[in-house]
Amino acid sequence: MADLEEEVLARIERQRKLRPRFRDSVITMAHGAGGKATHTLVAGLFAHAYANDALSELADAARLDIAGAPVAFTTDAFVVKPLRFPGGSIGELAINGTVNDLAVSGAKPLAIATAFVLEEGLDANVLKAEVEAMARAAEAAGVPVVAGDTKVVERGKADGMYITTTGIGVGDERARLSATSIRPGDHILLSGYIADHGTAIMLARGELELDADVVSDTRSVWPFVVALLDAAAPHVRVMRDPTRGGVATVLNELAGDADVGVVLDEDRVPVRPPVKGACEILGIDPMYVANEGQLIAVVAEEAAPHALAALRSVPGGEDAVDVGRVADQPAGMVLVNTTFGGTRIMDMLIGDPLPRIC
Amino acid sequence: MKFVDEYRDAGLARALGTKIAALAEPGRHYKIMEVCGGHTHTIYKHGIEDHLPETVELVHGPGCPVCVIPMGRVDDGITIARRDNVIFTCFGDMMRVPGGDGSLLDAKAQGADVRFVYSPLDALKIARNNPDKDVVFYAIGFETTAPSTALTLMRAKAEGLKNFSVMCNHVTIVPPLKALLESPDLRLDAFIGPGHVSTVVGCRPYEFIPKDYGQPVVVAGFEPLDLLQAILMLMTQLADGRAEIENQYARAVPWEGNTRALEVMQEVFRLRPYFEWRGLGFISQSALSLTDDYADFDAELRFDVPGVRVADPKACQCGEVLKGVIKPWECKVFGTACTPETPIGTCMVSSEGACAAYYNFGRFARSKARAGA
Repeated sequence: MADLEEEVLARIERQRKLRPRFRDSVITMAHGAGGKATHTLVAGLFAHAYANDALSELADAARLDIAGAPVAFTTDAFVVKPLRFPGGSIGELAINGTVNDLAVSGAKPLAIATAFVLEEGLDANVLKAEVEAMARAAEAAGVPVVAGDTKVVERGKADGMYITTTGIGVGDERARLSATSIRPGDHILLSGYIADHGTAIMLARGELELDADVVSDTRSVWPFVVALLDAAAPHVRVMRDPTRGGVATVLNELAGDADVGVVLDEDRVPVRPPVKGACEILGIDPMYVANEGQLIAVVAEEAAPHALAALRSVPGGEDAVDVGRVADQPAGMVLVNTTFGGTRIMDMLIGDPLPRIC
Repeated sequence: MKFVDEYRDAGLARALGTKIAALAEPGRHYKIMEVCGGHTHTIYKHGIEDHLPETVELVHGPGCPVCVIPMGRVDDGITIARRDNVIFTCFGDMMRVPGGDGSLLDAKAQGADVRFVYSPLDALKIARNNPDKDVVFYAIGFETTAPSTALTLMRAKAEGLKNFSVMCNHVTIVPPLKALLESPDLRLDAFIGPGHVSTVVGCRPYEFIPKDYGQPVVVAGFEPLDLLQAILMLMTQLADGRAEIENQYARAVPWEGNTRALEVMQEVFRLRPYFEWRGLGFISQSALSLTDDYADFDAELRFDVPGVRVADPKACQCGEVLKGVIKPWECKVFGTACTPETPIGTCMVSSEGACAAYYNFGRFARSKARAGA
């Protein structure tokens, strides 16, 4: 019977590896949640229609060769509700989100362009506060905002404001990052506590009647990237920032791209007690909850202790941990060794358990 | 985290696993059914099977409230949700259950005002805040959730709310268990009794299982150590040749149940003569509807619903999965045509459904993972 079961499982995995096709008849919130539906939309519709070499990697930023210089290029839209939340606001997110997409691609952020969609009736002080928040975050990240656009839409159309940012950066020449360079035996490093941002937003919306002291982790991860490259550049395989869809989604993408297994030790993944409590009550796994200032790095085994020490030496990186390793089996999957001493799969996020978070 | 981590200790789990293995008679295969979908979820999420000998098999039962809703009832809900001026509320899982033509989530994307709530009281609050809208709560669940629906209705009545109603799909736990035990294609050794249901109904309703069918029942909690301890208690009964009801979840389940909750249910609900269960067909006296005193709050009376029976898709074997006759992976469409993102059957929708739990958490070759560890 075990053989028969394994045969069925193998058939399912073969089917899962086929290129996703976008067949849905309407857009649902799940298409924006960062999980399976988002992946199908991006790979099955966008990447298919725009097909080109730079896009095909579906990385956090596209890598371009511009007159011989390695350039990273990315864009991001921010529709978070509420606009302000403990630990940050939409303006800060808009800068840090794009900075981080460049950073984890191994590129030093050089410049940002931004576009605002503003709702008729928006209090000008709210806008001023966000513009100032962006200016502060940009200064902290050392990247100027160099271009922009403004549109205004009728009352009731844009939750106050939506912001998009586009960023350009120059690749650090020491960085040789690619998911396909991941090898069995590599270690998975995580820069700190997970699920703070998504949980802070859920609580800030006030719909759940839960109260806990949780603060968004929004920040630039570029200092972590520099520390890793300084300490172990040739051994850093790939880096990602686990935003929508959380740590679970990033690890699934890596396992799929590299066709390797990822084995995570549940009890080593740091989750703050109030975050764990809120997630437990809501029936949400913190592994799927968004972060806006964390970094996951896959590092060769021999460099792992050194790389971890480097992460911990960065202010704000004291809680960095080695959370797991890469295995050759089961290819394309993430396994979790549970605190309870069992094993389970951690799949991509299905559906949309969360409100708009970024 | 306090009061949770204590129930997830790997060392204690290994000790219980060793005791369970010692009680297993060589050459005997044990089939233990966990009735409740919440237990199924815990089993896969924490990898409980890794602590059990291979001869102790867990069979997943029918106690998943979303899984037992037939397609026709989903369509009835969607018909109401699509009406102008209606705010339709339900639990999150319910939104993805496919009816004959799409799910509530699809209806939402097409413009219906469908909102998910964590409690029927949240739906009541929406009704208070939107006096010009008709707010409907799609009530599902066993005796676990029925009292909160009942209490909400009593409050709505006391407040004289005119714009609130409930589409009642509450079911009861004992009739499907009887149907299972009478089923010729299933041979079980023992039952893990549902925990949350029993906080309301107590342990007494299961007395017929040891008495009439000679099988032990242990009512269990939802943490992984609760389940392992319950399995140990069942294995001990089997080794002793006993068949009794025992209560592992005494910290939450009183033997007599929650009399106040039962009174509230008595006030608001009456037994339907029969009700259709997904995959199991019609079971007599197995579900609840509102009493005449609450007829004004009955969404099925307030709105025209088609009330048509929609046959399950041919390929779908949810019925066999719910009865524990087949394992999720033995269903012909499991994991290929039927996945959590494109479910055909209800068991693939709810996080408590056996198919979803197995697909999301257990879909790997356990033997190879053990060897590789």
